Amino acid sequence: MKQVAQKVNAMVFLEFEEPLKNLYNQLDKIKDVASAGDVDVSIMERELMQKIKDKRKEIYSSLTGWQKVQVSRHPERPYTLYYIEQMCNKFIELHGDRYFADDKAIVGGIADLDGETVMIIGHQKGVNIKMRQYRNFGMANPEGYRKALRLMKTAERFGFPIVTLIDTPGAFPGLEAEERGQAEAIARNLIEMAQLKVPIVCVVIGEGASGGAIGIGLGDRVYMLENTWYSVISPESCSSILWRSWDYKEQAAEALKLTADDMYEFGLIDGIIKEPVGGAHSAPEVMARALRRHLKKVLTELTQFSAEQLVQQRIEKYVNMGEFNVGTVR
Amino acid sequence: MGWFKRLKEGIQTSTVNKRETPEGVWYNCKRCKETSRVKTVKDNFYKCPKCNYHIRIGSHDYFSLLFDVEEYTELFTDIMPKDALNFTDLKSYKERLEITQKQVGLTDAMAVAEGTIENRPIIIAAMDFAFIGGSMGSVVGEKIARAIDRCIEKRIPLLIISKSGGARMMEAAFSLMQMAKTAVKLSQLAKAGIPYFSLLTDPTTGGVTASYAMLGDINMAEPESLIGFAGPRVIKETIKKDLPEGFQTSEFLLEHGFLDFVVDRKDLRDRLADLLFLFNQKSILTNKVLSTKTKL
Repeated sequence: MKQVAQKVNAMVFLEFEEPLKNLYNQLDKIKDVASAGDVDVSIMERELMQKIKDKRKEIYSSLTGWQKVQVSRHPERPYTLYYIEQMCNKFIELHGDRYFADDKAIVGGIADLDGETVMIIGHQKGVNIKMRQYRNFGMANPEGYRKALRLMKTAERFGFPIVTLIDTPGAFPGLEAEERGQAEAIARNLIEMAQLKVPIVCVVIGEGASGGAIGIGLGDRVYMLENTWYSVISPESCSSILWRSWDYKEQAAEALKLTADDMYEFGLIDGIIKEPVGGAHSAPEVMARALRRHLKKVLTELTQFSAEQLVQQRIEKYVNMGEFNVGTVR
Repeated sequence: MGWFKRLKEGIQTSTVNKRETPEGVWYNCKRCKETSRVKTVKDNFYKCPKCNYHIRIGSHDYFSLLFDVEEYTELFTDIMPKDALNFTDLKSYKERLEITQKQVGLTDAMAVAEGTIENRPIIIAAMDFAFIGGSMGSVVGEKIARAIDRCIEKRIPLLIISKSGGARMMEAAFSLMQMAKTAVKLSQLAKAGIPYFSLLTDPTTGGVTASYAMLGDINMAEPESLIGFAGPRVIKETIKKDLPEGFQTSEFLLEHGFLDFVVDRKDLRDRLADLLFLFNQKSILTNKVLSTKTKL
């Protein structure tokens, strides 16, 4: 775990990770003492490492909805291009929607995943301040969704399975986005993805906010990483609208039931992919390996179905989503 | 023999459904502030006689305006909303549903009806803004899904009249998934070769615009309606600039290529009749014809 080697002040701690921060501070102090004199601190160091490990496990075993939202937004969390780089032997990024522009918030391309060509598409957030702006914080414009659809159509033509990685705080609410038809772009993707004749596997790897997420998220199988969220609105926006204040995000996160566990219980996703203790960012390589194994398994399972079966089952799956009463007044 | 076999007697426009519509003798226009007689406003297709402002009307008002001799059969009336998440904000969703149902006399934000326009059958699914901002939850999705099944089965065209603030937050991810649900159903309708007309009215935003409202074979809108993905307030806050005049109106969308035409409410019925006629005419290229039977 590369973070252990880091100095504590270079690490990013979430507010509920405060106890961990304290332990890491102690660790730093011990190391300083050791380097100042010739004191052997290896035993204390080992003990402290064990403590950190236990504490991390304890904290991460009972995260609230809002805390998971925070983990999903951790600045060191791995993003789409990282997973592609780790999981695939070859990757050629493909750019542009062929109409207007190349959106930097959605990336995609053909890749070799364990000896099979797949089309991988995903939201992309930036890894530093400059890149976050370049990627528009993972908020795509219409051309992003249209690029995604173009790549999916290419995949369909050549019989490549499609993998989409979802990680967005929402589709970009901008003036030009409206001019160029943000709503139409998302709607078009939904109706087209419904009938694609190749397997589609979607994984929420970070934030799954609303239309911006589902715009590349309609598939035969949809999974969520353990510490991610997926809902119709972000907890902050929900708080501002329903509580008329930004201060109720924790309550909103609970009320929306937006965690992977909730979504799986509702039957709205097909499974949860475990994250390393401490979140995907604490051991990104481990996370990428787990994701690759999972994708490989699911894609193999899906090859047993014909194109017609895939489309039929996909449609049935979404038609069954919804909770209502019949014939009674609640 | 009558045209319809009524599933339920007397489902006509009831007064409670007209909560948004003018009552009493005088109508004060929200936009131009001019006063007109309610009777005149009603005869004017619920538009202000002075400034042509299209008043927000409910599903049953549209049914009465559009169907032949104001006759129609409402379908799927037994589908009721459910609080699957046990959702509570300042008020519990359960309570909110009860109060709203009582206040507006509707079960949820969409009503579906079958009837004819100029003797040609059509199924109309219309949204009610009065019901929690016309928000789309599981009931709206299910009613659209069932309407589409019926359209395919009977080869009848579909009209959806959208009027909605977007997905219903109190149904969280369930309401989000209705975007996918309605889209997969519309893909079936398209495959079956049945025309789908989408009418966008004031306002149509969020998840509704980003799913079925934008997916019509014909997309049309009433004049000067607010139509968009993000709401104007959110956009303004994001870009920190004032929005241009006429931004996100029907005319703006027409200009940017997302609508086939803008239609005044007084012409809506005629325009639909023409569409039904044209889409119904036998093409020399295909033998697929829509149902021409007026008998339901």
